[in-house]
Amino acid sequence: MKGNEAIAEAAIRAGADAYFGYPITPQSEILEYLMAANPHERTGMVVLQAESEVAAINMVYGGAGCGKKVMTSSSSPGISLKQEGISYIAGAQLPCLIVNVVRGGPGLGTIQPAQSDYFQAVKGGGHGDYHLIVLAPASVQEMADFVELAFDLAFKYRNPAMILSDGAIGQMMEKVYLKPQKQRSTEVPAWATTGKTKERERNIITSLDLDPYAQEQHLLRLQEKYREIERNEVRFEEIMVDDAEFLLVAYGTSARVCQKTLQLARAEGIKAGLLRPITLYPFPYERIRSLASHMKIIVSVEMSMGQMVEDVKLAVNGQVPVYHFGRMGGVITEPEEVLEYLKTKI
Amino acid sequence: MAKVKGSIVVDIEKCKGCELCVVTCPTKTIALAAEVNGKGYHYAYPANPELCIGCTNCATVCPDGVITVYRMKI
Amino acid sequence: MKTAEGLKDIIKPENLVYRKSSLITDKPFSYCPGCGHGTTHRIIAEVIEEENLAENTIGVCPVGCSVLMYDFLDLDIQQAAHGRAPAVATAIKRLMPEKFVFTYQGDGDLAAIGTSETIHACNRGENILIVFINNGIYGMTGGQMAPTTLEGMKSSTSPYGRDVKMMGNPLKMTELVAMLPGTCYVTRQSVHTPAAVRKAKKAIKKAVGYQKKGMGTCFIEIVSNCPSGWKMTPVESNKWMEENMFAYYKPGDLKVPAESDADAENKNEQ
Repeated sequence: MKGNEAIAEAAIRAGADAYFGYPITPQSEILEYLMAANPHERTGMVVLQAESEVAAINMVYGGAGCGKKVMTSSSSPGISLKQEGISYIAGAQLPCLIVNVVRGGPGLGTIQPAQSDYFQAVKGGGHGDYHLIVLAPASVQEMADFVELAFDLAFKYRNPAMILSDGAIGQMMEKVYLKPQKQRSTEVPAWATTGKTKERERNIITSLDLDPYAQEQHLLRLQEKYREIERNEVRFEEIMVDDAEFLLVAYGTSARVCQKTLQLARAEGIKAGLLRPITLYPFPYERIRSLASHMKIIVSVEMSMGQMVEDVKLAVNGQVPVYHFGRMGGVITEPEEVLEYLKTKI
Repeated sequence: MAKVKGSIVVDIEKCKGCELCVVTCPTKTIALAAEVNGKGYHYAYPANPELCIGCTNCATVCPDGVITVYRMKI
Repeated sequence: MKTAEGLKDIIKPENLVYRKSSLITDKPFSYCPGCGHGTTHRIIAEVIEEENLAENTIGVCPVGCSVLMYDFLDLDIQQAAHGRAPAVATAIKRLMPEKFVFTYQGDGDLAAIGTSETIHACNRGENILIVFINNGIYGMTGGQMAPTTLEGMKSSTSPYGRDVKMMGNPLKMTELVAMLPGTCYVTRQSVHTPAAVRKAKKAIKKAVGYQKKGMGTCFIEIVSNCPSGWKMTPVESNKWMEENMFAYYKPGDLKVPAESDADAENKNEQ
């Protein structure tokens, strides 16, 4: 099954209430699969092709505001269009899932895979002080598994969550174990707009507060939430780090490339290890900081001109040299060239 | 013939003195006060209450919903 | 003294013939004196109250003067990004088809930045009510030109009057959406006289009925005034609206459901 199809099927099985999207390569299979799979008959899930990415993300806002499990997906240029809506969703504290199957940019760029939307995903993306919870799958299995995880985290923190994938994992075919079908939830969150009953005050979904002091309090509450997410939700995977002298840091497709690099390096007696962040926000700063003291150098490997490397440097905080190696524009890094680069720095 | 008599109550503090009720009143019951309310508006009031027929025109056009209307047959 | 005693007799609960809807909150409207937004809010609240729909209503308010509508109506309301209310409402209605869903949008929101969302929601025939306040100007941001600003009409960004050669023509959104098969009821109303208010309220009531039957998108334009933006008194602005706005934006029904549907509705009402 393709990574994109795994996301779609996992969404139906996770009991998602709705998907709103707009076609864009390399992720159109998500909408295509959902339309073909007839989820409305299987679970009652609503699937709608919107007139634009802008409309799709605002449909997500509306559905999420009703307390429903709602998602959208797109690829880089489309995610840029969604940023206004994502900012509103973050401001209004609505849970939802946004999938970005990244392609190379800027602009129309290329339809080939890239990791150049890291900053956009983890630093906010739209206007204002906010964060998404960002999960980075490195396999088709994780594409499927992270759908439910993302929804769970989104609802736990009333915060939008993003799966930051790329065209390689979206299009790649792998064996995948899917969870059994879950019922759609009938639970209605207390804050959802479902019609004001006499038993409660009216519910309002908004990100607006014209009183600067009230707005500041709202933003402080968001910050408290982000600190809580940073304390509780950091996820990463470590491979061969125990005896490593050289640490590679890579996520998604780059992490798969680096696994091969590790084998090549170890065969040559170079003690390389890999830390793969699974959550890009919250980022595993603490873990990288403590590992840094045992390393000679650290290399951030990314399919971009160096974005995550800034967070790696923040984590390392000058303890050891930190370098960046990456290909971009849709070029997938080769394991051998990562090793060659590493050797130049040893 | 049964005659109809009306009366209005204006929420003076919420009135913005837009005058739409004054011009729509068929019996010239309403006028703007010479005094102002807390917001500084010359508020509407029943200057000639005995003329009111309780037709609800004033309340119907009031953008701020500050007029309540009563009517009875006498 | 006779009068005062007489009045006391009249002001009794059993003689009450008009009070504002209980769905209007105690917070004073933020609108300028004489603005049609308030009147339109009032009649929407009245219809929802009379139809006993409060527990099943979700409203969507725009960016613009009515961005704070949720402060004034005691209903569950979502505040949408500029122009996106029809997309937000689409999802709400699709996920909760049994609810009454309406958007409330100004001309900047609906006819400029939200044109795409408006056209496509109407074209899909979303079972929602769109209430469109057209006062030919951007009120909230201080009186700039709107897509609906009349030819020759002055605004802060058309200070010498709208020159259609340079700035384009005033946009008739209501005529546009009436052409789409997804809309079932398209009408242009106003709220500047008692008769107009009663008609507009009736239109909203009809739209509630059509939505209950799932007949498609209902679109009600309210041609309204903006005394502050037009730099007139409220009374003058209503007169100007009748003489100028109505000439271009003609009040009346543009599209009503087919006979058979209307008959079915009448039968249901009986």
